[in-house]
Amino acid sequence: MISPHNDDLITIRLNGSEVEVPNGINAVEAAALHGVEVPHYCYHPKLSVAGNCRMCLVEMGTPMRDRASGEAILEDDGSPKIGWVPKPVIGCATNVSPGMHLRTESELVQDCREGIMEFLLVNHPLDCPICDQAGECRLQEFATDYGRGFSRYVERKNVKPKRTRLGPRVTLDDERCILCSRCIRFSQEVAKDDVLGFVDRGSFSTLTCFPGKELSNNYSLNTVDICPVGALTSTDFRFKMRVWFLKESKSICTESSAGCNTLVSSREGKIHRITPRRNDQVNDTWMTDSGRTLFHSVRSENRILRPCVENQDVPMEEAISAALNCFKGKEVGVVASCHSTLEEQFLTKKLIDLTQAKTFIRGHFGEDDGILLSADRSPNLRGALLVNLTNQYPGESLHSLNDAISSGEVESLLVLNEDLLSSGVTEENLDKLPIVYLGTHANETSRLAKVTLPGLTVFEKNGSFINRSFILQAFEQSIPGPVGLVPQVNIICDLINQLSNVPSCSASFDDLWESMNASIEGLPEGLTHTELVKSALQIDRTPWSDMPFVEKEALHYTIEETTVV
Amino acid sequence: MSNLPKERRIILKNADDPSYSNQIDCYVRMGGYENLKKAISMQPEEVGEEVLKSGIRGRGGAGFPAGMKWKFLDRKSGKPIYLICNADESEPGTFKDRQIIYKDPHQLIEGMMIAAYAIGAKLSFIYIRAEFHEGARILNRAIEEAKSHGFCGNNILGTDFSCDLVVHRGAGAYICGEETGLIESLEGKRPNPRIKPPYFPAVLGLYQCPTIVNNVETLCNVRHIIEMGGDEFSKIGKPNNTGTRIWCVSGQVVKPGYYEFECGSLTLGQMIFEVCGGLLPGRSLKAVIPGGSSAKVLRADERFSGTLKDGTEFDWGLEDIPLDFDGPMAAGSMSGSGGIIVMDDTVDMVEAMANVNAFYAHESCGQCTPCREGSLWMRKITQRMCSGGAREEDADLLLSVANQIEGRTICAFGEAAAWPTQSFVTKFKDDFIQKASSSEKPENSTLQLI
Amino acid sequence: MDNQLELSELTLSKIDEVIPKYPEKRSAALMVIHLVQDELGSVNDTACEWIADRLGLQPINIKELVTFYPMLVQKPWGRKHIRVCRTLPCALRGSYATCKTFEKKFGVKEGHVREDGEYSLEFMECLADCGQGPVVIVDEKTYENIEGERAEKFAQLLTDGKLDDSEEFTSYEDSLIKLPES
Repeated sequence: MISPHNDDLITIRLNGSEVEVPNGINAVEAAALHGVEVPHYCYHPKLSVAGNCRMCLVEMGTPMRDRASGEAILEDDGSPKIGWVPKPVIGCATNVSPGMHLRTESELVQDCREGIMEFLLVNHPLDCPICDQAGECRLQEFATDYGRGFSRYVERKNVKPKRTRLGPRVTLDDERCILCSRCIRFSQEVAKDDVLGFVDRGSFSTLTCFPGKELSNNYSLNTVDICPVGALTSTDFRFKMRVWFLKESKSICTESSAGCNTLVSSREGKIHRITPRRNDQVNDTWMTDSGRTLFHSVRSENRILRPCVENQDVPMEEAISAALNCFKGKEVGVVASCHSTLEEQFLTKKLIDLTQAKTFIRGHFGEDDGILLSADRSPNLRGALLVNLTNQYPGESLHSLNDAISSGEVESLLVLNEDLLSSGVTEENLDKLPIVYLGTHANETSRLAKVTLPGLTVFEKNGSFINRSFILQAFEQSIPGPVGLVPQVNIICDLINQLSNVPSCSASFDDLWESMNASIEGLPEGLTHTELVKSALQIDRTPWSDMPFVEKEALHYTIEETTVV
Repeated sequence: MSNLPKERRIILKNADDPSYSNQIDCYVRMGGYENLKKAISMQPEEVGEEVLKSGIRGRGGAGFPAGMKWKFLDRKSGKPIYLICNADESEPGTFKDRQIIYKDPHQLIEGMMIAAYAIGAKLSFIYIRAEFHEGARILNRAIEEAKSHGFCGNNILGTDFSCDLVVHRGAGAYICGEETGLIESLEGKRPNPRIKPPYFPAVLGLYQCPTIVNNVETLCNVRHIIEMGGDEFSKIGKPNNTGTRIWCVSGQVVKPGYYEFECGSLTLGQMIFEVCGGLLPGRSLKAVIPGGSSAKVLRADERFSGTLKDGTEFDWGLEDIPLDFDGPMAAGSMSGSGGIIVMDDTVDMVEAMANVNAFYAHESCGQCTPCREGSLWMRKITQRMCSGGAREEDADLLLSVANQIEGRTICAFGEAAAWPTQSFVTKFKDDFIQKASSSEKPENSTLQLI
Repeated sequence: MDNQLELSELTLSKIDEVIPKYPEKRSAALMVIHLVQDELGSVNDTACEWIADRLGLQPINIKELVTFYPMLVQKPWGRKHIRVCRTLPCALRGSYATCKTFEKKFGVKEGHVREDGEYSLEFMECLADCGQGPVVIVDEKTYENIEGERAEKFAQLLTDGKLDDSEEFTSYEDSLIKLPES
């Protein structure tokens, strides 16, 4: 990457005005910091600079210096004499230096943009009405903003393959491709799967996979995101929805502890797609393909939609009292979850303390891909550590719970999300005691539960998670939950209040966060969920520095030396 | 005849001597590799200094002083330094490097080893165009000979200086003549030229290491600079235009061919009408492209006037243009790679334009937008114009498209593609306008160019 | 990779020899492609995969090259491949007519291989011998000034198998071979 980022601010002159920008960033970014758009196609802040689209041509000059003495050469009025580069330069490969002058709106620059737009369109098909990119197409946007508005092209357009299957999830239209090479660079530099390339040459260059190979890696859909035109489209999303109807909410991917920032796009309560949201500390602008499919769980068949007692639908209040009955006079065990939000975990801990329950918690692990799918397949294991649900690194099973049931130390259970049967607890043991299950989807455990309390998915509630780098990130609700359902925090709060002599627990996020800030070490005073949605918080990791975290070195994640593996 | 100077063959001194062969014995007998010995007895910096003093300008096309280019080399990076000889000879109208490679390969090898010594390269490459099948074999054989004589490879002439030399074949791409395209090609990638900044070869060249890329003829000159000394060499030719140049004349003259003259010692007119025997019988001169097909065309009846760098005023007809670096430049074109293409009155200028445009459209690597789309568009326009579909507005359109390419591309190919169009259309506008009303060719011409 | 590619020992040993000449394996790509094409006549997808495997690359890296360079082909040319220069200096000397003559004489359209596989004809960009145009390359030998009637005659000699013996048409390469000095 060409642009080194640092905090050392310098002064440059942008279209005649002096502005401050970080030293060494490129002209496109520098201008953007001051609200000036330098249009571009091939430049992507998270990929190497290719400089091939030429859309970001600007005029650049630097203060002249005397060759021999190195002294600045001055104009008559004492201002530094500027040596303008005779040709326009590409903003993406021009790094700012002190005193640099940039013109992004001059006649020459306008002329360059008009020329490039015309060139990009001469061989581009006019199928915008049926193109999925319409509405978020840079070609359309810049044609409007910087184009000449009429065509001088009377020759035949080049013919290239259309509707090619590039992989299981990506469809390619080569005629729309403007050969910016973003997808190729992404595949090589980020996904480390060098399957894409250009064949043939000149204007006939064509993006393709080698015959028999496919763009099938778990990051393939990022190429769709970064394609500035409609060449690469999501096979799943193709022709489903016009993008301008979609509402976007900030969310966090729950697939693993990587904690990718996402945008959930929905319309009338239905989610249509999940795309990555830029976060330079976490996921840059990427996410996995698998993480994009998680919203399908919202409407999956095994969704728990109503409270149940003994397999009978009941009103929520009834289910809550049934749950309390299960705990009354019993040694309670609570199976907490690394999938719960920090708010839920905090209240769970409160409930545990109140009932003097024994706590059990397991982790979920898988292969680490070294990018954004980490070995810890839960979004909030570190949250469980922070609220002190456990001081041990969670293992992959709940054998200790099985033992505790066998020995009679646990006589009733509250289970959050987990399936106990697949966690080393025997069905025989589970039959011995009443189970209260609080979760979003049915599993073997919920089927054995006496009381089932329905919860909301990550898309239907607010909350926060702590990712593998101990970054506390909040997400917001994208769509309403199923009719009649309330967030898990409300249910846990209800349980707490009904168990307490003085009902003092509030599920309102303002109250909740006030109480969290007061009791959790490391959370600053006055921190709110709303604030967290805007900007994340780095949690000090030292209290857990010798925990055997399973994550491997990956994008924006390094294993600290203190970590015991 | 006017005061026509004699050819002064330095580079091609032996090439066409019937008793001379491309084998090492012959080269050594003629004093070969003595200058490598001399160079190695000097400090590398001293060698560089001689080259700088000689004033030698690159013979590949841009005419940049070679000594200066070497000065830009980043010697502090600690990374290996590479020397590459650009033997891609791809500019249409140029066929000088071929003569050296086929007929006097050791001269190139000696020049390269001296250059490698001067810049500190331990590995050098000759990037040769694939059409020179036999040329690559000749070079490989010559390198083996040189190695067995201790002129190349390990411990050259018994010293600590070692430099291996590898012949790398291209595969038919004009863009590989562009030095960063060449480097990409040599790295086994598509030869897409690199953006500059940051990828100046002298700093971030082959494998991101400091690299010098020089043309065949330039590197051969290094040998002679060491022989004569930089100061003495700089007396050949004219100030800022030192040494000899091998001019390649093609097209419609009686005796096309390659001719080596001191820079500036003769005019374009002398070259065409005296050295090359003039035009074919009954023909008159229409246009000349003075520096390979990407140079701007000159019209036979044009006048060129202005002030030279040294302050002297000039007012030339085409025939008066001195053949050196600065002459064609002053006339608004360039001497480029030394390829002079002569066109007589049988040439349909729109067809000639279409021919040239077809070349650039075919050769554009396709990496950056203006060149990729512009060159093909220009080809399509001129093709259509030659197939009965010419419109009056096409001349202006062509010019506008060319203007949208020039100065906006990653590499100089943009200019190479734009300059012909800009000059043809401007200087022969009537021919382009006329195409719209009549598709007639010049009288009695059966010549087909597209 | 279990890749079937029939290459002779000689070619394989040349490949083994050329790769270590470069500091980075990938650099040898063009040279290895040339060696494979020299033997097989073309570089098809199987060959791309084999070469990629040999160089530790992805097949697309090789296909990107094979499709870029005009002198690399995915389907073989004819047993005799004839190249005529199309670019301006040769065109000014009548190369279009030469190409047409060849199309007629060899019975094959430019850019194609004759049905029986005997001849193929390619109208190519500049071959860097512009002073002696039209320039024609037959396989690896360069012939100069092949225009007008000479083109007819040249084609005839070639089809008759008598080109190599002809004194009128000595290739540029053969003209370099000089008798040993006495």
